[in-house]
Amino acid sequence: MSLPWWLPAGGALALVTGVVGGALLALALAAPGLDLADNLGDAYLWRVVWFTLLQATLSTLLSVALAIPVARALARRRFPGRGLLLRLFSLSLVIPVIVAIFGIVAVHGRTGWVNDSLALLGLGRIHYLYGLSGILIGHAFFNMPFVARILLQALETVPPETWRVASQFGLKSRDLFRLIEWPALRTVLPGVAGLVFMLCFTSFAVVLTLGGGPKATTLEVAVYQALRFDFDLGRAVTLALVQLLLCGAIVLAVLQLAVPSTTPLTEGRLYDRPDRGGAVGLTVDGAALVLTLFLVVLPLVAVALAGFNPRAFEVLGRGALWRAVGQSLTIAVSAGTLALLLGAALLVSSRRLRHRLGRPAAAGRLELSASLILVVPPFVLATGLFVLLRHVADVFALGMPLVILVNALMALPFVVRFLGGPMMEEAQRHDRLCQSLGIAGWQRLRLIEWPGLRRAVALALAVAATLSLGDLGVIALFGSQDFATLPLLLYQAMAGFRMAEAAVIATLLSLLCLALFLVIEGGLGGLGRRSDA
Amino acid sequence: MRFPTTISAAAFLLSALAAVPAAAADRTLTVYTYDAFTSDWGPGPAIKKAFEAECGCTLEYVALDSSIGVLSRLRLEGENNRADIVLGLDLNILAEAKASGLFAAHGIVPQGLALPLAWSDETFLPFDYGYFAFVYDTEALANPPASLRELVEAPDDLKIILEDPRSSTPGLGLLLWVRAVYGEDAPEAWAKLARKTVTTTKGWSEAYGLFLEGEAPMVLSYTTSPAYHMIAEGEERYQAAAFAEGHYMQVEVAAMTRSSDEPELARQFLRFMLSPGFQEVIPTAQWMYPAVDLPGGLPDAYGRLVDPAKPLLFPAEEVAAERKAWVEEWLKAVSR
Repeated sequence: MSLPWWLPAGGALALVTGVVGGALLALALAAPGLDLADNLGDAYLWRVVWFTLLQATLSTLLSVALAIPVARALARRRFPGRGLLLRLFSLSLVIPVIVAIFGIVAVHGRTGWVNDSLALLGLGRIHYLYGLSGILIGHAFFNMPFVARILLQALETVPPETWRVASQFGLKSRDLFRLIEWPALRTVLPGVAGLVFMLCFTSFAVVLTLGGGPKATTLEVAVYQALRFDFDLGRAVTLALVQLLLCGAIVLAVLQLAVPSTTPLTEGRLYDRPDRGGAVGLTVDGAALVLTLFLVVLPLVAVALAGFNPRAFEVLGRGALWRAVGQSLTIAVSAGTLALLLGAALLVSSRRLRHRLGRPAAAGRLELSASLILVVPPFVLATGLFVLLRHVADVFALGMPLVILVNALMALPFVVRFLGGPMMEEAQRHDRLCQSLGIAGWQRLRLIEWPGLRRAVALALAVAATLSLGDLGVIALFGSQDFATLPLLLYQAMAGFRMAEAAVIATLLSLLCLALFLVIEGGLGGLGRRSDA
Repeated sequence: MRFPTTISAAAFLLSALAAVPAAAADRTLTVYTYDAFTSDWGPGPAIKKAFEAECGCTLEYVALDSSIGVLSRLRLEGENNRADIVLGLDLNILAEAKASGLFAAHGIVPQGLALPLAWSDETFLPFDYGYFAFVYDTEALANPPASLRELVEAPDDLKIILEDPRSSTPGLGLLLWVRAVYGEDAPEAWAKLARKTVTTTKGWSEAYGLFLEGEAPMVLSYTTSPAYHMIAEGEERYQAAAFAEGHYMQVEVAAMTRSSDEPELARQFLRFMLSPGFQEVIPTAQWMYPAVDLPGGLPDAYGRLVDPAKPLLFPAEEVAAERKAWVEEWLKAVSR
């Protein structure tokens, strides 16, 4: 009566690879006279590849280089607002990219806060936002807090006894870093750097809005341009394949550097570090936190404040806006649910591999396969499927299901990440019991799994749905006046430089994301103590 | 061309909502076009109203984000597209559009066309024309360049905003303009222009919006852009710079699709397009020259615009054959 272990993951993977393979094949077949060799010989393509690698590498280095002092400062200082700052840091994972970009432009743009302050001081305005610098600011905004949080967690696993011994030896700050902190950071750095690299390599909205022209083009943007501007399907396929192979290879290589973590997670937060005093340490920590203020906090403040402007009433009165709200929510909830189902299917199989079949390495690879979807350009997926389906379905009805499907696939890695740990833990706790009592199938799901996993399921769904709600991706390809999401409306308002209107939409979208997140997390997860992820 | 005036946006929305049930006829004409055409301040709403009164049908716009984006969308949808009419392509992408095989011959003999060139195309009909120009802010720039060469050779602190030739027809227009003036030396000219470019936008409205926000003192637009400021705002501040080499010309066109299920209605629309009901809206909502002579003539402000003594235009076949290579050349030059 019990299903074969590989069936759930097999089904999910078949769907994912079927979609990816089918889309690429459909595009390749639809491209008249596709000549891969000819496309690959194009100098422009290699310039795009070079820029993609350059910006992804610099973005990763910058995010990590900033995150280390910030994590250190947060680890050794207690100051008012520290808790709030950490909360803002987790927000950067789910805040819609396009909303954050709005905040970044409001602070760093030519008529932004920084330039206004310079002008007030009688200094000239400076252009520094558009181009590579803009891309780096954008990527650091998203990734530095994310990295800092993970590094902080790693630092907090250092047992209090270590600090006691360190102070008995009278170690200096630099030695503490070398001997204690670096080894702790070393266990998580490759994994997190790999993920950040992958996110920056495939970044779309940041590059499109802050890149400032053809000079700053990444593979992902070039794919979009090939499809949207030139309708050059062959070039889009070539670019997608280059991205897939290159980014996949790099990420796999970085993951090889990972050192298995041996320290168990402890709650040991109360320790006394010997390096809290000292002017140098204080200055470095202060500088790191001030930088964080400019980079992360001010753009978020700008978003929160901007919506309350005189245009708010008029913008909120528009029918098109509320239609977009409805369509955005439909997409978000559907895509989130689909991602959750796919992720759970993968994890059911990988759990079986790990616990009953004793093959943890294979289980790990299975879970990793879900992350690799991130290197496939979503535009290629959507366009390929569109070309495949346009003969059998109404072309106007296709937009919505395709956006849902592609958004679900893009949220899959996050579901696996948030649900994976709790599911493994659950199995560790109850698998033997269930086996000996013969509880399986629906009964096991209802009696054992659901109560234990409810909160994790709710969190995974909330993250997946919120990410989808804020996504400016394939909607940019299918949007029209009848089919639009809030992120698309926001992008259009910003592109037309209707900043007051953009501000209202940005605030509305943020509130909607927050509400959706809380409703799913609290409603589905049950009331009670919220997880702090 | 099209301009944002926010005053009547809400009022228009209400009237549009009220108009829907009244015009709920069973025949619908679907027009694919770019967003600025259908926006509240563009010519779309007035034209919809006038045509619906004449045909007893519903005119439905599908607004896409740029003119070349309209063609890409149509090619993506292929034979299964829902358009009856595609409106807003221009002369320079005409050959490519025709090669897609998605358009049908209009079978109309146009009467009274007043274009500066002869028109004999069997698929596309023109609905307006104009000349590309750099529009500048007289308060930020006292002495604008007097030729394209002067602009290219100007110091790099003269900042300009351009449109992308892959997505927007003004962008493509400048590409051809530079080619017409510089020939084989176009890449060097582009490298120099790139150093002055604040940003390259996807479409005209983004670029013009940034210009009005003061992000740069010059923007690629049309000789007719100042007419908007003169007529709608009583403002002489924004002017087009006259260039000695001449100005590249644009003709905006429309055509009916092969897959249309309302070919008669589509043909009726194309005829309407060349009648006063459509054409009279053009000078003061699209801010371009109408394709036919208007009974009442042009608004006075048009008499004060830059008159391009020498229109520049490549033969359509040459553009069709070279466009891709020239775009590649531009990409390489500006991404160096």
